[in-house]
Amino acid sequence: MDPLLRPGHNAPHLPAAMGPGYADVFDRLSRQGGRVETTGTNALPTFDAHAGAKQASFQPYQNNGGSVVAVAGKDFCVVASDTRFGLGFAVPTRMISRNLVLNDKVVLATAGMQADTCTLHKVLRIRLDMYRQNHGKDMSLGAVSQLLSNTLYYKRFFPYYTFNVLGGVDENGEGFCYGYDAIGSHEKVKVVCTGSSQSLIQPVLDNQVDGKQMYDGQPVAELSLEQTVELVKDCFSSAGERDIYTVGLDGRGQPPLYVKILKLAFVLTSHPLRSKYTRSHFIQGQSPAVRDSQTTTDTYFT
Amino acid sequence: MERGGFSFDNCVRNAMLESAGYQPPKARKTGTTICGVIFEGGVVLGADTRATSGNVVFEKNCEKIHYIAPNIYCCGAGTAADTENTTGLIASQLELHRLSTGRESRVITSLTMLKQMLFKYQGHVSAALVLGGVDLKGPHLYTVYPHGSSDSLPYVTMGSGSLAAMAVFEANYKDNLTEEEAKLLVKQAISAGIFNDLGSGGNVNLCVIKKGKTEVIKGYAQENPRKYRRPAGYSFPTGTTSVLESKFQRPVSEIAVVTEVVSESVSMET
Repeated sequence: MDPLLRPGHNAPHLPAAMGPGYADVFDRLSRQGGRVETTGTNALPTFDAHAGAKQASFQPYQNNGGSVVAVAGKDFCVVASDTRFGLGFAVPTRMISRNLVLNDKVVLATAGMQADTCTLHKVLRIRLDMYRQNHGKDMSLGAVSQLLSNTLYYKRFFPYYTFNVLGGVDENGEGFCYGYDAIGSHEKVKVVCTGSSQSLIQPVLDNQVDGKQMYDGQPVAELSLEQTVELVKDCFSSAGERDIYTVGLDGRGQPPLYVKILKLAFVLTSHPLRSKYTRSHFIQGQSPAVRDSQTTTDTYFT
Repeated sequence: MERGGFSFDNCVRNAMLESAGYQPPKARKTGTTICGVIFEGGVVLGADTRATSGNVVFEKNCEKIHYIAPNIYCCGAGTAADTENTTGLIASQLELHRLSTGRESRVITSLTMLKQMLFKYQGHVSAALVLGGVDLKGPHLYTVYPHGSSDSLPYVTMGSGSLAAMAVFEANYKDNLTEEEAKLLVKQAISAGIFNDLGSGGNVNLCVIKKGKTEVIKGYAQENPRKYRRPAGYSFPTGTTSVLESKFQRPVSEIAVVTEVVSESVSMET
């Protein structure tokens, strides 16, 4: 048995959950053909290029950039992502969706490698459909968070190169977010950002939402839904100025793609390519009370 | 005696440090779109204004069109320090040459000096240049590659956005452009780089050189103005940062000026 898989084994080479070091795990994975290089006595044999031995390289990963943000409030959650698909210095596509509307209370947003994002979203959509068929109801936010973690950890040794944030409202109607690393370690939080602009956006959100870097005892005003949307849009607008892999506002001058999730089961997206998740999609099969409540909610189509 | 040029004093030491695992600092290489086109009686040069450091936009409005002589300008792509110093060095030498001869500099002179310098350093000076100017022989436009080769063409592009810019030139260039047509074409070429190359961005800068008149136009087009700002802004009340300790000191009222005097005989001794 691999000594690293033994229970209780301390494996310092594993990517720290949401830590700054996860990126170079993928660098190493790429160079090692999908195998994680270990240090010390567990190191894989390495070959000296000058000794004549050659190692074929398999590079299964590419980074397509992108940034995703989720901010939860008292009875809502805002999930947003940018729309740029980058590759090196090129922009193959200006308008892709990193968001997946899982049901009317849970939305996932994924940065990293777009091919893995598509696959992960497809897998999750199937799993959620099966759950809906079997149980006759949508999966709760907490259940989805665990399903996503399991789906990611299932590919522990050839991970999806994806960095996820999950946002929604729970059974009590309270907004929450979950932040993930690429292999399923996750944390329940009120505000989270990941992707190429993580280092630019997360400190701003920590300061504006959590009151970090403020004098202790400084009261932090709770943001309303409208204020949260304004903050998230500004975060993308600023990040787009300084990160080449994040577009501030989308290619046609639209605000970043975002989804609001309210207490009363209401989801809207500003993304024109996701028209199948329209208002009617979510109204179907819901009680008249919920349906009526939706009509009173203002919309954010932009 | 000081003879100018680079100092290679630390080469052996640095090679030793590198073999011991020390990572030397990296020079900043900018993704760039630069280009130029010849029109009736002059040259238009263009450049974007983004300087990058890896994934990060280091400077949003930098100047990439460098002065060589009053009638000659040069766009630079590659390592920022190399393009600035190379063009600066040649500009300085041409200034002295003009003072000594009393004649206007020729574009071919600056081209020769640039390419001889770049060839001397065998590509280690990473400057990819678009050189343009007007002299007694008329308008001239050249590209110079980091290893010292050069081209003379009616329309040229350089940098990571060169393919996007050249696509615009290949589609729309025609002979005998007017000045306004040339400016518009260069603006479109740089914009193509700004929109399609992540290493390029910011605004479009132009330089129009005609017989006896040179015009540098900064911000000819602003392609990506910021589209959204949070209406509420960000303000932090006094006391947001806690004061742990405070100490006041009076400004120094009397200043003593100390001048160092070194006698000639002492300093020259070895």
